[in-house]
Amino acid sequence: MPTLPKLPRPPQIGLLKGLGVTLKTMMSPSTTQQYPHVKPDLPPRTRGVIALMEENCTVCMLCGRECPDWCIYIDSHKEVVPPKEEGARARTRNVLDRFAIDFALCMYCGICVEVCPFDALFWSPEFEYSTYSIRELTHEKEQLRVWMDTVPPPPELDVGADLPKEIEDGLKAARQAAEKAAAAAAPSEAPAAAGKAGGDAPAAQAAEEDIHVEAQVDQEVFDQLVAEGKSERVARAKAKAAYVRKEKARIRAERAGGEG
Amino acid sequence: MEPGLLDFPSLGLSIAVKLLIMVGFFLTAPLVAGYMEHKVLAHQQDRLGPMEAGIGPIKHGVGQLVADGAKFIQKEDIVPTAADKWVFSLAPGVALVPALVVMLVLPLGPGLFGENLGAGVFFALAVSSVSVLGVLMAAWSSANKYSLMGGIRAAAQLIAYELPLVLGAAAVVLQAGTLSLVSIVEAQADFRIFGLLPMWFVLPHAIGFLLFFVASLAELNRPPFDMPIADSEIIFGHMTEYTGIKYAFFMLAEYAGMVVLSAIATVLFLGGWYVLPGVTVPELINWVVAFFGAGPFEFHPVVAGLLGVGVTMGKIFTLVFVMVWFRATFPRLREDQLQRMSWLILIPLGLLNIVVIAIAKVLA
Ligand code: SF4
Ligand code: SF4
Repeated sequence: MPTLPKLPRPPQIGLLKGLGVTLKTMMSPSTTQQYPHVKPDLPPRTRGVIALMEENCTVCMLCGRECPDWCIYIDSHKEVVPPKEEGARARTRNVLDRFAIDFALCMYCGICVEVCPFDALFWSPEFEYSTYSIRELTHEKEQLRVWMDTVPPPPELDVGADLPKEIEDGLKAARQAAEKAAAAAAPSEAPAAAGKAGGDAPAAQAAEEDIHVEAQVDQEVFDQLVAEGKSERVARAKAKAAYVRKEKARIRAERAGGEG
Repeated sequence: MEPGLLDFPSLGLSIAVKLLIMVGFFLTAPLVAGYMEHKVLAHQQDRLGPMEAGIGPIKHGVGQLVADGAKFIQKEDIVPTAADKWVFSLAPGVALVPALVVMLVLPLGPGLFGENLGAGVFFALAVSSVSVLGVLMAAWSSANKYSLMGGIRAAAQLIAYELPLVLGAAAVVLQAGTLSLVSIVEAQADFRIFGLLPMWFVLPHAIGFLLFFVASLAELNRPPFDMPIADSEIIFGHMTEYTGIKYAFFMLAEYAGMVVLSAIATVLFLGGWYVLPGVTVPELINWVVAFFGAGPFEFHPVVAGLLGVGVTMGKIFTLVFVMVWFRATFPRLREDQLQRMSWLILIPLGLLNIVVIAIAKVLA
């Protein structure tokens, strides 16, 4: 036997409460952004579109193979680079002919960006590329290069973090080159040692740069800085830096002494 | 019946002017109601609603309904193969015309009415019920089971809610002692609660007003009584098969119905064009002016009439706002709850209300 519907209870206070909620919502401003007039403020890691840094791409095909949708098209041909020196072996390298992503298929999983070992693919927050035809959604490398300009810079490093490796390497190379040039420019300075030291100096310099010093607080400097009225945190950092500088200078002097 | 402002010596001229004003009102007021529904509903749901279409420099989507109308006209006019073509095409008109005809007897301002019928209330309620005929025609002729179910629900709802509507109005008629809408407004101006305080009928007839308002929501298929067009069950009820301009007619009929029933409620319960109980706008202005020591002004009857129209419009759109507010707030009633509410609560309440009013009238 079907259960009889319950008799309606008297209208509850909830009905009035509901009216209050809608009225309050009406009075409070809405957060809607009027999109075409107001551009959205997208976070830098937005997955808008994939940009290609063509110069970095080595046509390793990893992205195309990892793409779950098989929506990356890569064509390339091999080129023989003539040897730099007489008698050396000729090299071959891949030249990118076509790199296209079919954004009608792409599901924005980001695997291609993750997998690229040469930092050639990037996410860009650009998103206004809808078209009237699905075929126009396959974008070639020229357009992907254009989007490269919309890729935001990588986020700031944390305070105290190591410099990125490539920057560190570049700095090192630049320093070495400068020292080499300086040494070459002043060969007459120490004619006696020129034959030996001239050749060894860069190597010694390079070794010096590898000197590793465990940071400690230089108590003298610390006390002095605190006495000057610096905060303890600042004083400690400066004292550490002073200690490392002093220690490095000492080791360098030692080595130089040993060699001399 | 004394002639209104729109009654000129020449019959042809007065008919022409009345028709012009009526059609003008008919073409603008529902659009305002529709625009209100768009915007109020949007803001109550934390949205902005239409913001682009504008009329000239006024933006904020004021032209949205005009643009919608233009779009509806361009749409393909689809008639289902199995449909009863004549009835199918006539139905939107049948649903729309009653709202237009009711406007004939609505007094909007002092002296500003199409016709001061002796049986105004009776005429207005009778004609406004005709629109359900259009709904039934649409439902039957669409050859669609959802349409048919929607139509049957609409008919059942009409039968159930026409009674509280009439009972609510009947109590007012009993109190005012007249069926003429104009006289009812005047009766409210003279009415004193306990013989002292001037008051509209809304206070002594609070129950009647409630009945009338709830029943008019149900008559219009407005939420929370929109069972006949419950989209989660029967798509869009009788409008399921309609496209283009015919569909637009149904929508227009809904908005026009909102305006018309709000207008009847304004006249019956909220004192029509009286800005305060028993006080017209010119009187109010003269009071304020007299307070500052200036002499009383003479208002041309046309100016006074137009001021009255403004007041009536304000009241009408306040009621329309409440209708929209209800739509944003309340969930839909189930079909059996709907019937139960009418037959077990509203109708007994309405009968009781009439008895109490009648006793009070005799005693007073
Ligand atoms: S984001 Fe995913 S689906 Fe799109 S191209 Fe890259 S790997 Fe393929
Ligand atoms: S993974 Fe990177 S380097 Fe390799 S083909 Fe793709 S984009 Fe080029």
